[in-house]
Amino acid sequence: MTEPIIKFDKVVKAFGSFVVLNKLDFEVKPGEKVTIIGPSGSGKSTVLRILMTLEPITDGVVYVDGQPLWHEKSGDGSLKPAGEPHLRKMREKMGMVFQQFNLFPHMTVRRNITEAPIQVLGIAKSEARDRANELLEMVGLTEHADKYPHQLSGGQQQRVGIARALAMRPKIMLFDEPTSALDPELVGEVLNVIRKLAEEHDLTMLLVTHEMNFARQISDRVCFFDQGRMLEEAPPEELFTNPKEQRTREFLKAVLEGN
Amino acid sequence: MDWTQYLNPLMQGALVTIELTIYSTILGAILSFAAGIGKTARNPVIKVIAATYIEIFRGTSLLVQLFWLYFALPVAGQAMGIDLRLPPVVAGVLALSLNIGAYGAEVVRGAIQAVSKDQYEAAKALNFTPRKTLWRIALPQAIPEMMPAFGNLAIQNLKDTALVSLISLSDLAFRAEQLRNFTQDSTTIYTMALFMYFGLALVLTAMMKLLERYVSRWRVGAR
Amino acid sequence: MLFGIPWDTSSNLAFAVSILPILLIGLWVTIQATVLGFFIALVVGLVWAALKAAPTRVISWPAAVITEFLRDTPLLIQLFFLYYVLPEFGIILPAFMTGALALGLQYSAYTSEVYRAGIEAVPRGQHEASRALNLTGRRTFTHIVLPQAIPRIIPAMGNYLVSIMKDVPLLSVVTVLEMLNVARIIGDRTFNYLIPLTMVGGLYLIMTLIASGGVRFLDRRLPKTGIPLK
Repeated sequence: MTEPIIKFDKVVKAFGSFVVLNKLDFEVKPGEKVTIIGPSGSGKSTVLRILMTLEPITDGVVYVDGQPLWHEKSGDGSLKPAGEPHLRKMREKMGMVFQQFNLFPHMTVRRNITEAPIQVLGIAKSEARDRANELLEMVGLTEHADKYPHQLSGGQQQRVGIARALAMRPKIMLFDEPTSALDPELVGEVLNVIRKLAEEHDLTMLLVTHEMNFARQISDRVCFFDQGRMLEEAPPEELFTNPKEQRTREFLKAVLEGN
Repeated sequence: MDWTQYLNPLMQGALVTIELTIYSTILGAILSFAAGIGKTARNPVIKVIAATYIEIFRGTSLLVQLFWLYFALPVAGQAMGIDLRLPPVVAGVLALSLNIGAYGAEVVRGAIQAVSKDQYEAAKALNFTPRKTLWRIALPQAIPEMMPAFGNLAIQNLKDTALVSLISLSDLAFRAEQLRNFTQDSTTIYTMALFMYFGLALVLTAMMKLLERYVSRWRVGAR
Repeated sequence: MLFGIPWDTSSNLAFAVSILPILLIGLWVTIQATVLGFFIALVVGLVWAALKAAPTRVISWPAAVITEFLRDTPLLIQLFFLYYVLPEFGIILPAFMTGALALGLQYSAYTSEVYRAGIEAVPRGQHEASRALNLTGRRTFTHIVLPQAIPRIIPAMGNYLVSIMKDVPLLSVVTVLEMLNVARIIGDRTFNYLIPLTMVGGLYLIMTLIASGGVRFLDRRLPKTGIPLK
């Protein structure tokens, strides 16, 4: 029985009176590939944003790699809100791929990938460059290394985004709707990179997506979120072919008919 | 007197004007960044200092500031037993830079705050410190946005240097006034002075355009 | 003593209190010059804007050059030019008028841009829709373009009003007794520049805060989608 690498314990996230996550319990095991699906407003992206520390939680405890993410242990063993040094240490464990890529527009592709390893991890320039070259080869963009993001297609930009996150050697990769902003013909190249990553590495991957077929292929487990709760979770075959909940069936029907 | 005879003294004045413009634009730019970044700081003390500086120097007249530094500050110094008499060139450059710096600070603040939230999130996800996020992510994207406004401020600054003639610095405006006193040939002299300022402004505009192109070189072909 | 009002140098506070009414007389002149200069800037700027929008380059190009020239040369020199050169052509104006004219001319270059930008910001689709509805060019301008342009124009003009107010002290060089000049005279006579000049700074701060507050208020209150027509 392995310890979960991610654990949400009765996590509440509210914006004012609007509750996004309602006492969410949720776990991911090391190396597991988990996909979160659900209608918009179900809180699925919020799960990733909380993990990346972009969004603080309102109540409950999040554990990452055995340690509370948003809390620190104080002298008497009780939990107190975490300070910036703790958050910085926790962030090292995770990498994130954004829906809108969020590449740095003023840096070349290569510098987008090397900047954080050099500036944040303090890795030597030559080493960061070698690593960037490996990653660029992996995502198939070696010949674009010296271009600026605006010179690339959306699909190419998102592949850079993946390489940039991987350059920090995270244990957990968070994908926040990585293909939603792409033209349909560019979705495949990004999914292929993610698939390769899922097959060849023991990274823990947490993915929010609307690509149901893709979720089916790469996931160990699919979770259906609705109204701030996890309504149902199951291996993909089971969830897609035989969902237990009425809401899940409705959602899958709507999505699959839409496609 | 022939107009060519005015050329030499006016040129000497123009040199002083150029020097004043260069010094005060550079010092003003430094103040712009210091106060503009300061106003976006989380530290409330820094924020209040920056905001107060900006309010005072944007809210009052440049000539009032110049006269205050030149005439009033020595009186204040006397009361405290310190010699605060400033040479005209120091008072002039200081007043010009403090004034233009306050306007520039608002430009810097606006441009920094206009950098998209997504960029800050990406920087956070990659674990950049707030300081490195500012210097390596936000500012390089914000500076090109500042350039058109900075271009206007540089021209404003060039024009404002004429005020230092009123504390007897022998810039272009001062020389023109001197020549007019001497010859009473006001039409020729002031026409020449106006065209010389215009020429300087055109050169300054061209230089600011070059600078703009340099700091935005990564954007070539974008948009 | 100035304007028949004596000052009291017995203490700093008494001095400050006694010269306040004198400074306020100067402030009144500052406000008058601001308003007159602003009015000239609004009218002349509109003329420049119209000329720059002229269909023939013979008109639009010189207008563009002249406004660029006005914008790029110092107000002080423009002021001296008007003050010393106009009389040579037989135009003799009081110093106050010359000063307001100089302010108005310099700022007309800025206001002409505000008019232009305000009108150009009205989307092209609005013109196309008006044409589709067969409105005349004149009616399109008065009923479609202007009501949408004015809410954009007013706040920018307000900012220039504040700028003009801050440039009024320049008029002191042609003997206009505006607030800074008054303060300097008091300083010259009492050898205490600190108090009058600091007070002028304070009064300016109050005036610009009030004016900027007014501009922000207008900006909030004006309907962004245009002035509703009845």
